[in-house]
Amino acid sequence: MSLWLKMISVTVFAAYRRRYGSNGMKPPPLGYSRPESVAEALQVLADLGPDGKVLAGGQSLIPLLSMRLAGSMHLVDINRLAELSYVRVAENQVRVGALTRHAELLASASAAEAQPLLARALRCVAHPAIRNRGTTVGSIVHADPAAEMPAVLALLGGTVRVASAGGERQVPASEFFLGPLESAVQYGELATEVAFPALPPDAGTGFAEISRRRGDYAVCGVAALARLGKDGQIASAQAAYLSVGPSPLVIELTQAVTGASDQQAARAAAEQARAQVDPEGDIHATAGYRRHVAGVLTQRALSQALAEARQRQLTGMTTG
Amino acid sequence: MSSLFGARVQRVEDDRFVRGHGAYLDDLGEGALAAAFVRSPLAHARITDIDVSGALDVDGLVAIYTYEDLPERLAQPLPLLIPHPSLTHGRTPYPLANGEVNHVGEAVVMIVARDRYLAEDAADRIDVSYDPLPPVVGLDAARQADHLVHPDVPGNLAANEVQEHGDAAAAIRAAPHVLELDLDIERSASTPLEGRGVLAVWEAQAGRLRMWTSTQTSTGVRAAVAAKLDLALADVDVITPDVGGGFGVKIVHPWPEEVLVPWAARLLGQPVKFTEDRREHFIASAHERAQHHHVTVGFDDEGRLLGMSVRFWHDNGAYVPYGLIVPIVTSTQMLGPYKPGAFRVEFDSLYTNTVIVTPYRGAGRPHAAFVMERTMDAIAAELGLDRTVVRERNFIQPREMPYDQGLIFQDGRPLVYDSGDYPALLAQLKEMISWDEFPAYQAAAAAEGRTVGIGLACYVEGTGVGPYEGGHVVVETSGKVKVATGLTTQGQGHQTVLAQIVADELGVALEDVEVVTGDTRRFGYAVGTFASRTAVMSGSAVALAARKAREKALRVAAGALEVSPDDLVIADGIVQVKGDPDSGIALGTVAVLSNPLRYAFDDAAKAATQFAGGGDLDKPPVAEGEEPGIEGRAFFSPARSTFAAGMHAVIVETDPETAEVTILRYCVVHDCGRLINPRIVEGQIHGGVAQGVGGALYERMAYDENGQLLNASFMDFLMPYVSEVPRRIEIDHLETPSPLNPLGIKGAGEAGVIPGAAVLAAAIEDAEGFTIRSMPISPSDLFELRLTHRSADSGGRPPGPPADIQEAQS
Amino acid sequence: MTGINDELHEVSLTVNGAARTARVPARRLLSDCIRHDLGLTGTHVGCEHGVCGACTILLDGVPVRSCLLLAVGADGAEITTVEGLADPDGTLSAVQQAFTECHGLQCGFCTPGFLTTITAGLRVVPDPTEDEALEMVGGNLCRCTGYQNIVASVHRAAAIQRAREVGAG
Repeated sequence: MSLWLKMISVTVFAAYRRRYGSNGMKPPPLGYSRPESVAEALQVLADLGPDGKVLAGGQSLIPLLSMRLAGSMHLVDINRLAELSYVRVAENQVRVGALTRHAELLASASAAEAQPLLARALRCVAHPAIRNRGTTVGSIVHADPAAEMPAVLALLGGTVRVASAGGERQVPASEFFLGPLESAVQYGELATEVAFPALPPDAGTGFAEISRRRGDYAVCGVAALARLGKDGQIASAQAAYLSVGPSPLVIELTQAVTGASDQQAARAAAEQARAQVDPEGDIHATAGYRRHVAGVLTQRALSQALAEARQRQLTGMTTG
Repeated sequence: MSSLFGARVQRVEDDRFVRGHGAYLDDLGEGALAAAFVRSPLAHARITDIDVSGALDVDGLVAIYTYEDLPERLAQPLPLLIPHPSLTHGRTPYPLANGEVNHVGEAVVMIVARDRYLAEDAADRIDVSYDPLPPVVGLDAARQADHLVHPDVPGNLAANEVQEHGDAAAAIRAAPHVLELDLDIERSASTPLEGRGVLAVWEAQAGRLRMWTSTQTSTGVRAAVAAKLDLALADVDVITPDVGGGFGVKIVHPWPEEVLVPWAARLLGQPVKFTEDRREHFIASAHERAQHHHVTVGFDDEGRLLGMSVRFWHDNGAYVPYGLIVPIVTSTQMLGPYKPGAFRVEFDSLYTNTVIVTPYRGAGRPHAAFVMERTMDAIAAELGLDRTVVRERNFIQPREMPYDQGLIFQDGRPLVYDSGDYPALLAQLKEMISWDEFPAYQAAAAAEGRTVGIGLACYVEGTGVGPYEGGHVVVETSGKVKVATGLTTQGQGHQTVLAQIVADELGVALEDVEVVTGDTRRFGYAVGTFASRTAVMSGSAVALAARKAREKALRVAAGALEVSPDDLVIADGIVQVKGDPDSGIALGTVAVLSNPLRYAFDDAAKAATQFAGGGDLDKPPVAEGEEPGIEGRAFFSPARSTFAAGMHAVIVETDPETAEVTILRYCVVHDCGRLINPRIVEGQIHGGVAQGVGGALYERMAYDENGQLLNASFMDFLMPYVSEVPRRIEIDHLETPSPLNPLGIKGAGEAGVIPGAAVLAAAIEDAEGFTIRSMPISPSDLFELRLTHRSADSGGRPPGPPADIQEAQS
Repeated sequence: MTGINDELHEVSLTVNGAARTARVPARRLLSDCIRHDLGLTGTHVGCEHGVCGACTILLDGVPVRSCLLLAVGADGAEITTVEGLADPDGTLSAVQQAFTECHGLQCGFCTPGFLTTITAGLRVVPDPTEDEALEMVGGNLCRCTGYQNIVASVHRAAAIQRAREVGAG
């Protein structure tokens, strides 16, 4: 469980348990609706208000329910909404529907080609059985700062389409993550799609994370994006961080890296990362270690990104 | 027919497991009522009120019980299983808290309902009010004793115990070299994949209780439950179902649930089942492994131990139902394969407001190995000697066996090693891991910018601890052989291993032998499965029982064939005259013949009639002193434990940037005497090594200062996946047969885990160039240690011995 | 008083090829439904928070944690549990056979989760490399075996599968 979830859970849990004094691993009684269309889903959600909770993959929600951390609620199961299961690559975007499983997005060759960072990050999400059921949109809405896909969205600057009975809005990534486990999706709303910008031909991505065990939430993770100028010099770079704060942290690295060699850039970026991240310590790692690793992983992720950018630029030149 | 002893036969129990037809506790008792518990959310508190009114109208609720509802026998503290003279202040829990709670997870209220979901709904609505008391968490707080766990236990001290031989203090004073070390191990736990569970059925008409429990001791539970429910032993059946792992935690008995569930079943007149969930297993079962040690050791220029004095502090949690086994085992197994000139060990066992501490695979030996092996390495570093050379100089030699260490072991008997060849083990290990070639490998790696290190650790393990086990062997008229022993099984392949022994002794096919364990209806005298004792104890017992049955079969067959029993052999289930294979009688037929008044209602009986001659009409059909049937019943009760030994060596690589530790090679040499089934032994070692690695690099119970367990789930308690254990575990065997039992075997169940922390600490230390005295160690811990030890500009290993060993001359 | 919102829902599943139904509250976990409502106790519950993998079943052919699914959520799905892996005539599947040959289980509690996972895994990667085999079993916990023989079982299962195909072809 991520640091932030644990902070909340210990507080809520302790207060809850002090009053009620029990432990459990079975969910409390739940309301349940399974709409057959998006329109129906939105109407049900509107009617339910704060009691309603969207159930997509359930890989994060169901443990919370089982541990009786989330209280009693009415689930709106969207798993019948086949129209929300898609991966569309068009207009410089990879658009992922709310019902698309991590595994499906990971397996999508067109998505991987259009935006390589998706596959890089998805490979690190939990284990295959979780990826088979969990949805990428769901993971983003869950807004766990230790999760991979929120950081990817934050870095790439994508958008989330949020629908309700009253209409639709597009929320940019920069406004989407409000705090640990808190996203811009309100009661009565359903996130129906996430759009990731495709990767331009002269850009590259990298992803590196360290977790205690393979598949665990990251102790620290870095997603990096680098862009080259026509002359092959580094034009810009950014990195997004998991597990160093209450929401994904995006760091602008451009100033540190423009004009530098790839090696110098990676080192400079690492230094900037170490200076800028402000992680907490927990039972798995000290703040100092997280900070140190943020630097190491920035170096690795940015190196990957620069290598990928150079590769793509080369390919672009020969085919372009 | 070739011998099955030593054969790598496939397990007979696997078919049902791979088909999903295992019968674990929660698979049983469909339709039973479900029990759940309200457990304390606080580490230390007085209960001021329990308000159940909110739960009373939950659909499906059947009953709610608190301490006030318990009858006299249940309103007492649960038994202190292994009293020890040094355990002057033993405290055990009540089945339901009696006005006070002493750890998060302690049971306060029991709920019985139609199913578990409803029971938890009721639990949710029960309002327990607490008056918090200051919690005592961790050894430092326990020792400081600003607050007490139990008001009548001064200093939080459950026990203080000293064992010694010779005058260690004097030997140390006189020694040319003296070192002092502080060594720490943190808490972990058994965490089998299946938690605890109890199912009880009260047969009202017969006045009998039948219960199933996921336990390591069916007879232990039966005795405890019979006492608590005021029932005769004969009126209580305890059946062990298939058990999804134990590793020690399931030897504790009776758990509160093990007495409360049958009591409720009797009261309600309906079957009741309790299945623990994962969070409960973390906060309401048992932990182990937290100890702090201070070592003072005096040695000569050759590295020989002249005197060793160890003072340690053991965190036993809130109660001590299992007594002092863990620290006593630490005390006595610390000597390992060595013979220090003088030795003194003293421990304090201290209460804290945390989950109870009872044996987990290794049961104090991992701590012991950690202490002794780190000390050996420290001596080697101090003297600039090879770490294997120091050990060799201290080994007990084979010619010195049996060797009396001058201490009292956990079974209350003298610690005397019966057999073993430690120099041979070490030579084998060094060869396996290419110990002498490692410095060159390390230098080459350093040239590439890689940091690698090598470590080794040795241990001796007292196995086959008493008091006894028994076996019963019956040859049925079908020719099938039924075997029963009272101890239990949690995955060790007992049904196969014990069948191998019996099949060999009797001369029948493996498929014709069926073994039952842990069922008091089948065998009522037993101790339990723990301390690597099954092969030695039950193996010997069933072998002896089979020999009795064999003897009887030969006697009966000899009578029928009119030959001497000495002229007979049994092969492939046929009793035949030596050298005359056509002469035989099937064993099943012999069983028929042995029961003289049998009616010929089946083919086996009919076939027997051809051998049923007139007999001597002056003699009784069943001779005096004889019994009908081909059965053997025997017990094995050795005077002492038998001592297995092993050594592990590991090569690790540490990442210079992230401080992650990778195990490049993991080598094991071990001696458990004669092997019944090498495949099963290797499986046990694999599992033990994985737990050793887990305990060294990943697992610890993280309590905060309020006594809250922060990682009470598999998400944050880091049990290893496949990615965290070595890719290959290389194993070599040595066999020094035990002189203490008929089969020459020694125990193997705990071997893999014992030196885990020691060997990994040693290898990481060798890689990093500074001492590792505290385990487990995470990359974050290693990173912080690097900061502490390394100067800013030294990138590699500093030369010479580790920098921070204190040298104390007295 | 009934538990709030504890109304029962009809759930129809195809389990190991057979049509099965159950009437369960929405909160009923699929793992509990399989075990107690459908009587198939081969699927085991080790943690109920999705980490240990003992409860892994195949949902429409794909491994998922049954403790992280509501029974109502699986309505209409095709489920394979460990009880459905052997052939109709009772012959052990290649994966089951491999586990018995390689001593890939000790207490057997985690085993069903591994068997379903590997069965699905070998369909996608029938001839796994060492790394692919590790990836295949990387999400399931075992406390008894230390995983060595489980990994060996993956390779052995692949070999048995190949031999059976050759034999049948």
